Amino acid sequence: MFDALSDKLQRVFDQLGRKGKLNEQDVDRALREVRLALLEADVNFRVVRSFLDKVRGRAVGVEVLQSLTPTQQVVKIVHEELMALLGEAGRLATAPSPPTAIMLLGLQGSGKTTTAAKLALHLRKQGQRPLLVAADPYRPAAVTQLEMLGRQLDIPVFARPGVAPAALCRDAVAEARSAGQTHVIFDTAGRLHIDEQLMAEVAEIRQRTNPSEILLVADAMTGQDAVKVAEEFQQRVGITGLVLTKLDGDARGGAALSMRDVTGVPIKLIGVGERPDALELFHPDRLTSRILGMGDVLSLIERAQESIDEERAAELQRKLRSARFDLEDFLDQMRQVKRMGPLTQIMQMIPGLSRAMRDTDQSAADQSLKRMEAVILSMTPEERHHPEIIGGSRRRRIARGSGSSVADVNQLLNQFRQALQMMKAMAGGKVPKHMARLFQ
Amino acid sequence: MFRRFLRRDERLDEGVRKTRSSFFGRLAALLPRSEITDDLWGELEETLIAADVGVDTTERLLERLRARHAAGEFGTGKELSRGLQEELAGLLRPPDGREPLLPSDLTVVLTVGVNGVGKTTTVAKLGHHWSRSGRRVLLAAGDTFRAAGTEQLAIWADRVGLPCVAAQRGGDPGAIVFDAIAAARARGFDVVVVDTAGRLHTKTNLMEELRKIRRIVDRQGVVGRVILVLDAATGQNAVVQARSFASAIGTDAIVVTKLDGTARGGMVFSVVRELGAPVCFVGTGEKVGDLAEFDSEAFVAALFALEAPDDLPGN
Repeated sequence: MFDALSDKLQRVFDQLGRKGKLNEQDVDRALREVRLALLEADVNFRVVRSFLDKVRGRAVGVEVLQSLTPTQQVVKIVHEELMALLGEAGRLATAPSPPTAIMLLGLQGSGKTTTAAKLALHLRKQGQRPLLVAADPYRPAAVTQLEMLGRQLDIPVFARPGVAPAALCRDAVAEARSAGQTHVIFDTAGRLHIDEQLMAEVAEIRQRTNPSEILLVADAMTGQDAVKVAEEFQQRVGITGLVLTKLDGDARGGAALSMRDVTGVPIKLIGVGERPDALELFHPDRLTSRILGMGDVLSLIERAQESIDEERAAELQRKLRSARFDLEDFLDQMRQVKRMGPLTQIMQMIPGLSRAMRDTDQSAADQSLKRMEAVILSMTPEERHHPEIIGGSRRRRIARGSGSSVADVNQLLNQFRQALQMMKAMAGGKVPKHMARLFQ
Repeated sequence: MFRRFLRRDERLDEGVRKTRSSFFGRLAALLPRSEITDDLWGELEETLIAADVGVDTTERLLERLRARHAAGEFGTGKELSRGLQEELAGLLRPPDGREPLLPSDLTVVLTVGVNGVGKTTTVAKLGHHWSRSGRRVLLAAGDTFRAAGTEQLAIWADRVGLPCVAAQRGGDPGAIVFDAIAAARARGFDVVVVDTAGRLHTKTNLMEELRKIRRIVDRQGVVGRVILVLDAATGQNAVVQARSFASAIGTDAIVVTKLDGTARGGMVFSVVRELGAPVCFVGTGEKVGDLAEFDSEAFVAALFALEAPDDLPGN
């Protein structure tokens, strides 16, 4: 998402790196580049100005002059100021007594309904019992959309056609309380921040339900107007946090910086895909690191932990120790990886890979996983447990069966052998040389 | 020019008025009074960037204006203002000799864009507009991905009294387009407006799906047109979107939606420059009639019109 911006800053700092010591002119030249990069990233021009003032104030003078590595010093300052600008990590407030009401609002098309469903799923994963509330009586089929998503995720949806949104939300809270639901999520209608009537409507919902969270859902691709929208919602309704959607695209996402700056409320959640589980808590440190091209390892680890079944992992380790890891396990492993989400998305979190990955075909990696899966599925159980029996004629049959070529089958078997070797070594406490380098 | 435009459609003016009062209005009031100073150039740059015109396009515009100023063309802020309007309008003016968007033969119009820009609403509006101008219009609900995407269009179709071809959720959008073309031939429709699922331009497989739909249209031997729908609030990413959609299936025209907000839609200048395709309509509200034909000169003139808005400094 912020890749383009991180590239830009990286280039600026690469240039600084070659120059040795920094003087005031160098800093100014670098900051001019930073300014352009931020403006191209849709950061509001006023926010850019105040950001640069802060960085310049810290970069020119004592700190930089005393520093032995000026480049690192500037990177550090930009990093710290970006962190400060992006604010604290996302955390959702809870009401003193359930149900906790969460209201989602925003412009048309920002992704409120999708976010509502994702948020409900997110809460349920944490053991909560959410109730979705269809409070958009205006957009054709909006209620149907939420009802379909609720059915799909098996999460209850509260809808009362003909009831005004404020009364409806109030009824929903009462219903949630008596049904023992822990959270109610209001999916409100999309509205323009200058629409008097509709802004009064959300203010009324707020007044009648007193939500613990009032989240402004905003499209990460928004331009300079983001500031005005956020300010207006903040003033008229009062918001407690921001949700940024569509961050799985290539928008540079400067709107995030702008809205955070003008409202003072934290970014709480980010939407990173169309799948119902593509919602994450916001981490300013990770995002800042990502802006500066340092990858997002923490997010990766967290996601892996969430999707890889611990029992299976333990089972896998037992198998590895007894060296009974076969193609069936290999397949199982691949499926676990697939559950973590599209491979390209995962790769982007790995430091250094994000720039290279953007140039490769987005779904090629996922395709190759699919092909490998097909190859294994075309094997007999015996072949999967004892890959060593797969000779030439079996390979031809497997290739035909899986719609691939013998070369693909060979490649898969090679990959399996390599994985096996590496795992055996790791299970025995010996890490292969090339892997060992990664851990140093 | 501006008067004529007003008479033709006051709705665009309503939408644009807000844009103007929030942004260009300030400039419009500022320019005629000012001397041409360094501060004024700085103000110009900031104003253009604040309108999402983009750094690159802004620099190009200012370079041209500076060159014209250096040649002694502008003595006053007012003349500079007129120069800026000319340059802006020039960016939006489509090249001559383009084929008409809707020829009289059976034409299939694919509306494409990223998620949430307003494609479904625009499909209904376009269908309504063309049907009122005498065409026989069929709508096709090709958004089989989003929950209730087809239901949404079906409700619109019902409201505006147009027939609509739809399929089950999760169905193949290509098949729906195929069916819609067959239905159009059998029942004598001459325009098919196809709604497609919103997709981020970075998703290779979803862009491939669009190419497939396009191939189906082309193989049927009908005229195919692609309309890219852009949200006026979108920033510089709009240019990337436009480039990606155009390279995947081509783009014949652009619709800018949600111009009734405070968003300035300034990215349109860069997009049009990038694609060479014109803006054909703008969306100015949630009602089906809230669609206006786009006119570049009138658009820019409306932005600069000097009916002083309330929020001007010094008024």
